[in-house]
Amino acid sequence: LKTRDLGFRLGTGAFALVLILIVGAIGSELLRQSYLSIQKFGFAFWRTEVWDPVAGQYGALPFIWGTLYSSVLALLIATPIALGIAVFISDLCPGWLRQPLVFLTELLAAIPSIVYGLWGVFVMVPRIRALEVAMPDALRQIPLFSGPPLGVGMLSAAVILAVMVIPFTSSISREVLKSVPPAQREGAYALGATRFEAIRATLFYARTGIIGAVMLGFGRALGETMAVTMVIGNNPKISASLFAPQYTMAAVIANEFTEAADPLYLSALIEIGLVLFAITLVVNSLSRLLIWSMTRSAAVVAEPIEPVSEAA
Amino acid sequence: MKSTRLRKILSSLFVAFCAASVIVALVPLGFILFFVISQGVRSLNVDFFMHMPKPVGEPGGGMGNAIVGTLILTGLAATMAVPIGVISGIYMSEYAGTKFASIARFAADTLNGVPSIVIGVFAYGVAVLPFKQFSALAGGFALGIMMIPIIARTTEELLLLVPGAMREGALALGASRSRAVFSVVLPAALPGIVTGAVLALARIAGETAPLLFTSFNNRFFTTSLKQPIASLTVQVFTYAISPYEDWHRQAWAGALVLVSLVLICSLLARAATSRLERMQAR
Repeated sequence: LKTRDLGFRLGTGAFALVLILIVGAIGSELLRQSYLSIQKFGFAFWRTEVWDPVAGQYGALPFIWGTLYSSVLALLIATPIALGIAVFISDLCPGWLRQPLVFLTELLAAIPSIVYGLWGVFVMVPRIRALEVAMPDALRQIPLFSGPPLGVGMLSAAVILAVMVIPFTSSISREVLKSVPPAQREGAYALGATRFEAIRATLFYARTGIIGAVMLGFGRALGETMAVTMVIGNNPKISASLFAPQYTMAAVIANEFTEAADPLYLSALIEIGLVLFAITLVVNSLSRLLIWSMTRSAAVVAEPIEPVSEAA
Repeated sequence: MKSTRLRKILSSLFVAFCAASVIVALVPLGFILFFVISQGVRSLNVDFFMHMPKPVGEPGGGMGNAIVGTLILTGLAATMAVPIGVISGIYMSEYAGTKFASIARFAADTLNGVPSIVIGVFAYGVAVLPFKQFSALAGGFALGIMMIPIIARTTEELLLLVPGAMREGALALGASRSRAVFSVVLPAALPGIVTGAVLALARIAGETAPLLFTSFNNRFFTTSLKQPIASLTVQVFTYAISPYEDWHRQAWAGALVLVSLVLICSLLARAATSRLERMQAR
């Protein structure tokens, strides 16, 4: 009987090993394929601003900039909204409304990226262009709003990314809020706190997990490809302007990969993929760790009744 | 100390903010669904499902080949991902406490977070480059890689929901561990696992980025696995960025088909899970 069980364990374990091997294979394959580019350019690749494949010049700085800028902007828009939704669903809304709202926010996550892109190009971008045209000249002097009103550009990308990130951040935040011991809330109410003050105490208690949820959204935004490719304008120029067309790492791979006939060109694109892989790996691992430490410690704390020492 | 009145006002403002953020998030959802349905219905007809794309400039034609292509690609992905995902999920739930299971779980979560475009680059490296040929197989491989972690984690979670007494009962009757899992625990969780697989399929069917340079695109009808093959998503992308009015119209129709697919799958899955929950509550 023992040996049969061992066989079962090894047999199923082999499949679990496949999961681990895939992650390793992705990393090593990307590294191998980008060797040509790494060898040729070294770190200069990430400090150079010029991306001109025709002239054989490959600098990836504009893509790093575009990716980080669009993702950070998206987070700035999405985080307060996502937290608001999480609090509303977990604490404020009437019971009958909870399930439908959860379903609708999940639907937002289920819509394919390409559909967001299509909608972005034909519906959102013209409206953003109108907004940009309506911007008074005085404000245009600010670098943030400089440049011609094209519609496609950083602002469109950030808005569409924000919409796509909201369901992720809000559903994880909801999980985290659920893991906060009820005593936290009840204690605050017992002390005469208003709703806002009690929820603020809850959010403060859950801060580690909330940061994890926000980071998970960040990871999603970094790697999002199709919708961003379709609305960001695809121009490898670093600019602080929200109106300027820019480019992201994922978008340049999507657009130029099949055109890259030259081995060095292809290798440079794969190196961008490698770094995107590495960044999302770090961001996701960190956020998982934060969420896990939060939900786990909450489960431990919830059991015994302890004097609440750090109630805000 | 702030006055009570101020605190109450602040609190009401906060509640209003939370309610408003729900509305802010649901507006784009409604907006997107409205446009996809209204624009899509106008251009959806029998031709769309039955015909091939026409050459540039000729109006009409459809995405028949792309619909078949998407079915083939998701079929390939499922063939690859369901066995690997389900069995590794079994390991993660059966040996939940072990270090190796934690590593596998971490790998699954990591894989789930890898951007789809990166999966595409990886699949290009291992399934396109060696054969010097874009192919349906390479596209199915890329989608399969994305599907594995979703299925593995769903299976794990659902197996853990099966009451321990069922497993213990089987073991107490002298069943081996594999017998207990395959004849008792797995069947109990099967409806949930199938639901999870359907949801994973719906998500995979909407992916574009991993297909751009694996299955590529094809103007013609093909069922060959060694040839480039069209898919709904890549076709919608190609048409959306084209300058032709008639192609835009078809892109909306394609989007409507994709969204309906996702909607139907989510609704089915919801119905199935709520039935499961009721069964468990009993």
